[in-house]
Amino acid sequence: MTDVQISSASTATARRPRKIKWRAVGDHAILIAGALFMLLPVMLTLTTSSYDNVTIHKEGIQWFFGDQLAENYNRAMFEKGGFTQTVDGFKMLMNSLILGIGFAVGKIVIAMMAAYAIVYFRFRFGTIAFWMIFTTLLLPLEVRILPSYEVVQSLGMLNTYAGLIIPLIASATGTFYFRQFFRAVPEELLEAARIDGAGPVKFFIDILVPLSRTMIAAMFIIMFVYGWNQYLWPTLMTTDESMFTLVRGIKQIMQVWIGANIPDYGVAMSLAIIAMTPPVAIVIFFQNWFVKGLTESDK
Amino acid sequence: MKKVQFSRPLFPYLLLIPQLSIIAVFFYWPAAEAIRSSFFLEDPFGFGSTFVGLDNYRDAVTSSEYVNVATFTVWFTALVAFLSLSLSLLLAIKADAVLKGAKTYRVLLMWVYAIAPPVAGLMGILLFDQSLGPFTHLMALFGHDFKLGVNYYDTTTAIVIVSVWKQIPINFIFFLAGLQSIPRSVREAALIDNPSGISRFFTVTLPLLAPTAFFLLIINITYALFDTFGIFDIMFKGEPGNNPTTLVYKVFLDGFRGNDLGGSSAQSVILMILVLGLTVVQFRMMERRVHYT
Repeated sequence: MTDVQISSASTATARRPRKIKWRAVGDHAILIAGALFMLLPVMLTLTTSSYDNVTIHKEGIQWFFGDQLAENYNRAMFEKGGFTQTVDGFKMLMNSLILGIGFAVGKIVIAMMAAYAIVYFRFRFGTIAFWMIFTTLLLPLEVRILPSYEVVQSLGMLNTYAGLIIPLIASATGTFYFRQFFRAVPEELLEAARIDGAGPVKFFIDILVPLSRTMIAAMFIIMFVYGWNQYLWPTLMTTDESMFTLVRGIKQIMQVWIGANIPDYGVAMSLAIIAMTPPVAIVIFFQNWFVKGLTESDK
Repeated sequence: MKKVQFSRPLFPYLLLIPQLSIIAVFFYWPAAEAIRSSFFLEDPFGFGSTFVGLDNYRDAVTSSEYVNVATFTVWFTALVAFLSLSLSLLLAIKADAVLKGAKTYRVLLMWVYAIAPPVAGLMGILLFDQSLGPFTHLMALFGHDFKLGVNYYDTTTAIVIVSVWKQIPINFIFFLAGLQSIPRSVREAALIDNPSGISRFFTVTLPLLAPTAFFLLIINITYALFDTFGIFDIMFKGEPGNNPTTLVYKVFLDGFRGNDLGGSSAQSVILMILVLGLTVVQFRMMERRVHYT
């Protein structure tokens, strides 16, 4: 008797959560399918990058790891390639780092200074400066690409890091985010600082910069990924192969590919994996800052 | 602006000098140059240029090639925006609903954000390649001979899939953040009033997500117009031929390959006006959002 009661009670309690669970199983199935959809192309590129070119050419994309992984990555990183045989993956990696970090740091420093001036100072041409800066949000580099190229050319900045980085900074997204952020900083802070006799430089360095630390970190991640992933501008700007970035180098791979009998698949895929690893690692590692920066700054 | 402000006569100008000088040289000068040269016919050998008024614009807009490219761009943008928005909305709703592993799913669905469009394009070539690609083999099972870079529609399909894939993460992040900002009390009240999941989604969740969705729609349009350049350029291996191209790609082709400076500039200016319109709409939406919060 008691046994029956217990079992019926347990089935009654077990049945209700099961109803909800089926729904959860469906949710998980959709999410797992989505995650696989995102992962699979990269996974296949990674596994195929561990085979030699003849195998890839004969048998197509590989689903499991082969034995040429170290060999292919070693060649991608250190074998001189391209038309002039002067650039290797390591050099391109360095150029990508310079572009990513230079762009992120330059943009943050310039944007913070400009946003500080706009939010915390009363001065004669303040409104004009504000509109001059924010008009740049309206037009992305792609629509003024040809004249931008000509300007950089006439300044003799082709194939230089400055020519690569500075024109990309000429948009006010960073300034806009920092302006929003500074405006939300409580007014009392400035009053208190002024009573204590802090000047504008001291207030900026001792109070505003430490307060913005999270914002700066989030901006750095977003801007680094943006800079690293630039394609059109570096493609136009750099004709000298020693200035190529990894993402720019992808195009070069394709151009060598077209003429080849058996294209160098292994190295091409290794380079693709190398080109995506640093930004992906940063986004995954600092995901909380990244998501926060992305969703809060755009509001 | 702050009520309490510093008033130093020179200091703010010093702070603004770097930003303003970069903008002047690398934004206003090129933009002005684009507008100026759109009214001129440049000699291809560099011997001066003649003022032609609005001829470049008329030639651009009335050429059948431009009309084709514009039509393709509209369809492409609509398709990419619709597919990536709806897929990521579905995933965000599910990621918001599950109790276990929500954080893991978030990482798994957003990390592709960091992959550059041309790198995505390179992977696309492998997956859709005529001899190597698994997708090509899959299509062969259905009796379709998939030819990337040869068949116009096959190339379009491949580019759309890669573009959607690349854009899902950012939409997902914003939709998830939007869903998570819906207060618990509102959700519970909605659950009591309306136990049906689907109708609750359309009457409660979707209207509350509308500002996010609209903001994302603009982001997606700009993405499909501009950021897909790398995907296109890699996926037809730098040989546009009779493959599909977007308006931005055509600006690049006419300017750098065709040496048609005036025509390319006129197309740039048309795009500028288009983007200007989009951004104005976006700003108005942002203002509205700020007012409500």
